[in-house]
Amino acid sequence: MQTIKVLGTGCANCKNTLELIKTAAEAKDIKINLIKVEEMSEIVGYGVMSTPAVVINDKVVHSGGIPDRTIINDWLSDNF
Amino acid sequence: MSNATIDTSQQKSNALFYWIGAISLAIPTWFYTYSQLIPFADFILSLTGYDRSSHTGEAIHFFFYDTPKIMLLLAGVVFFMGIVQTFFSPERTRSLLAGRRLGVGNSLAASLGIVTPFCSCSAVPLFIGFLSAGVPLGVTFSFLIAAPMVNEIALILLFGLFGWQVAVLYLGLGLTIAIVSGMIIGHLKMENDLQDWVHDIHIGKDLPVNNALMSWESRFNAGWNYVKEIIYKIWFYVVIGIAVGAIIHGFVPEDFMTSIMGKDAWWSVPAAVALGMPMYTSAAGVIPIVEVLIGKGAALGTTLAFMMSVIALSLPEILILRKVLKTKLIATFVSIVASGILLVGFIFNSIL
Repeated sequence: MQTIKVLGTGCANCKNTLELIKTAAEAKDIKINLIKVEEMSEIVGYGVMSTPAVVINDKVVHSGGIPDRTIINDWLSDNF
Repeated sequence: MSNATIDTSQQKSNALFYWIGAISLAIPTWFYTYSQLIPFADFILSLTGYDRSSHTGEAIHFFFYDTPKIMLLLAGVVFFMGIVQTFFSPERTRSLLAGRRLGVGNSLAASLGIVTPFCSCSAVPLFIGFLSAGVPLGVTFSFLIAAPMVNEIALILLFGLFGWQVAVLYLGLGLTIAIVSGMIIGHLKMENDLQDWVHDIHIGKDLPVNNALMSWESRFNAGWNYVKEIIYKIWFYVVIGIAVGAIIHGFVPEDFMTSIMGKDAWWSVPAAVALGMPMYTSAAGVIPIVEVLIGKGAALGTTLAFMMSVIALSLPEILILRKVLKTKLIATFVSIVASGILLVGFIFNSIL
């Protein structure tokens, strides 16, 4: 099972991003390990400067703002 | 799968075509609607049976003129700014600021603070991201002070409600505070007052930059999403603000606030800053209060000082920054910015 991390300190956009990914994965029937990272040092460790950010397999694929639904679908079909 | 790919690219070029069409229609519509605001308010008023010579009539006219005006201004400017922001990712801004000297760097940082998308929940990662890439501490602070305080929403609201002079003053003073405060912090050489874990972080240089090759279609989408986000977030405050303004316009005596917040009450400026600091709301949230203050005889300097202290200094932000700054640096930051705001309030009240 692949791991997707959502990095963010708990603002509304971070929660929305998490929900969007969850729904997209369920719609595609893909099982993912979705983790929310709130620890500041870990967020910063990824070199991310604006949250929410998305990390797939330890690679930052997105940072700043809620990602588009189509982009989320692309991630899911590219990586899984 | 290949069919799906072709469909997507087809959809994309259609979408760009659609955007250009929609925008070329929207621009003349926008200007025409803007020119019809007064006739519209007159028309609504004529339906109620009141006329502008009565308090109630004046209040109704004020409300139905100002609400659509502010909404139109917001929609237009926010869409434009949403597109501009796609050219200024934090990563790009950081590389523009890395290694800049104090002075030039601070001015650039404060100006970039206006156009770089910023949310106070990202203040810490941004702060560390800047420092680790070699942006000097003082320059980083100029950015962090300007980004929340001087933003398009505050400027549009001030422009729409109080005229361009107030908006320009706010812009100039906000930038000055950000630049000067950052320069002072830079000169104090307080790099040792960062929390220890911050020094240990080394971020690789090969960071992803999402929007290096962004299509125009996604830029337009970003602009539109920004409009939806902002309108959704602030329409309520704007309507309340204008409603409050409309009511006091006719009903509360003009000089209600003059004795406590007028020019002659020198202590009103520090009181406004002290009151504003623990408050935490966006530019839109503070507008109803500002509307009341200015409408009822509070001095402009006092009111602007209040607004700046609400937006630029807030307890939640200080708590967030506490994770990266030691107490001494936090205290320095707060007192320098607060003094800047005080100074603005005093200077204004004495010259106007």
